[in-house]
Amino acid sequence: MTDDVKITNRGWESQDHASEMKSELLELNMGPQHPATHGVLRLLLQTDGEIVYKVTPVVGYLHRCTEKIAEGVDYKQWIVYTDRFDYLAPVTNNHAYVTAVEKLADLAVPERAEHLRIVTAELSRIASHLIALATFGLDMGAWTPLLYCFREREEILNLLERIAGGRMLYNYMVPGGVRYDVPKDNWVADVLEFVTMLENKKLPDYNTLLTYNKIFIERTSDVGIISKETAFDYGCTGPVLRGSGVKFDCRRDDPYSLYDRFDFEIPVGMGEMGTVGDCWDRYIVRVREIEQSCRIIRQALETLPEGPYGTLELKKPVKVPAGAAYSRTEAAKGEMGHYIIADGGAKPFRNKVRSCSFCNLQVVEKVGVGLMVSDLVALVGSLDIVLGEIDR
Amino acid sequence: MSPTTPNPPEGYDVSRENMLDFKVDDQLLEVVETDAKNFILTTVDEVFNWARLSSIWPVTFGLACCAIEMMATSATRYDIDRFGAGAFRATPRQADLMIVSGTVTAKMAKRLKLIYDQMPEPKWVIAMGSCAIGGGPYFKYGYHVVKGVDFIVPVDVYVPGCPPRPEVLLEGLMRLQDKIRGRKGKFRAPKWVTDYAKKIPYRK
Repeated sequence: MTDDVKITNRGWESQDHASEMKSELLELNMGPQHPATHGVLRLLLQTDGEIVYKVTPVVGYLHRCTEKIAEGVDYKQWIVYTDRFDYLAPVTNNHAYVTAVEKLADLAVPERAEHLRIVTAELSRIASHLIALATFGLDMGAWTPLLYCFREREEILNLLERIAGGRMLYNYMVPGGVRYDVPKDNWVADVLEFVTMLENKKLPDYNTLLTYNKIFIERTSDVGIISKETAFDYGCTGPVLRGSGVKFDCRRDDPYSLYDRFDFEIPVGMGEMGTVGDCWDRYIVRVREIEQSCRIIRQALETLPEGPYGTLELKKPVKVPAGAAYSRTEAAKGEMGHYIIADGGAKPFRNKVRSCSFCNLQVVEKVGVGLMVSDLVALVGSLDIVLGEIDR
Repeated sequence: MSPTTPNPPEGYDVSRENMLDFKVDDQLLEVVETDAKNFILTTVDEVFNWARLSSIWPVTFGLACCAIEMMATSATRYDIDRFGAGAFRATPRQADLMIVSGTVTAKMAKRLKLIYDQMPEPKWVIAMGSCAIGGGPYFKYGYHVVKGVDFIVPVDVYVPGCPPRPEVLLEGLMRLQDKIRGRKGKFRAPKWVTDYAKKIPYRK
């Protein structure tokens, strides 16, 4: 029964009795309440002993009807719902939506607002990647990195709370600018100090603690290899695609906002510990993206121009003419797209969201086959999915 | 100036303060009085409740955004372990608290009930965040969102916020501990005690 399973796992060859033994496939439910599925994801497994024969992700346990809600509320009111897509990096989601509305309404954004958007979005991206490292370490059995990563994340939340007013979900961007200006209590200097501290002290800490830990490398290298072709076929974006060795980033290849002015590199997986596209590559891409985000923040803050931080009055609704617009941005998990069809009224006619985690998750179906169950946990952890974004 | 002893209000019999309701025979009383520091007189209920509230084990059950704040509460800065509730169990059969952290959808509701049913008695539920309390921002158009988790399981403590800060979750946990202890709401000292405390010069 198991003859047509492609042998991809290292553990498989050593079990020479496995082909002779008669075995029955076991149906196994992983989730929706499971510590390693990052929320309410349910994986329907068919296993042959410890080897996964077939894996089917079942989504929809967090379907919150957000796209339908978009048809009932006006353009500005829906920004709070975009926060709740990828709740680990809410500001990057705002960015995707407000750029689409600005395209439709043909709004100009002041430079100061663009700089503030970039700073907050990159801070958010760092926070999201820190959680990704923490939970990936947790899935691999390492508890301490979680405590370290949450310590730095709390610092970021403090900084964002001072500028945006909320602790976790900010509702910070509005069409035509941002909601608040920089606070007067030395915020810029504090951000620069934090960024320097993160680069010089904290990231080396993570590297010695987790990245180059031998147990961690053993668990993640050569496991769950996503080839370049597979990543293209399934529409993977973000660190998953870059981990497979493809140098693609919306910030560089389809620049929005002012990203084309800043100097940053795009880290890709190079197969340092094994094959290109394994779990370790996807992990290290996130670590290096934190460094690049720090660079962008420093450049954006050092060239922060004076001027207004918004063009519209905050209390008035946006006037959007009839038409359609699509905008794509690089969110923390990948490429986030918003397609808005407007009929000229106060509310959009339809709002379709292209969410990155949804496409990234599908690859489990192909790559997960032939792995051991414990390696499947590594694969799902390295994809860094957020269920709020998958089910919307 | 040293503080004077407080004057209890009228009708408050100070002499009955440490008295028992039943008659203690002289021999036991003698032992209690001579060795007074080694005795605690209490009830079995009080001891059991004290043990229960001091080590609440929550089930690892994160639903949505609030789950991240629940993780932050158990992580470095807020450290829910200080209140004895840090042992997040992966299986409901070993847990006695369910923190419903996030939006409950119609598809998830059946599983949530199943997890609640698997928990052994005594068990408690905290509804964390406005989604779990009453649908939150998805109340009006959310056709797939359950408008409050108390339609499915009985809720002990409601923690508002979207999402609640970790401090609020800790406050909710302390209110739950008060509830387990057998006191409704926040424990307050009698008025004459607080009035007396205000008169002490170093407490302002």
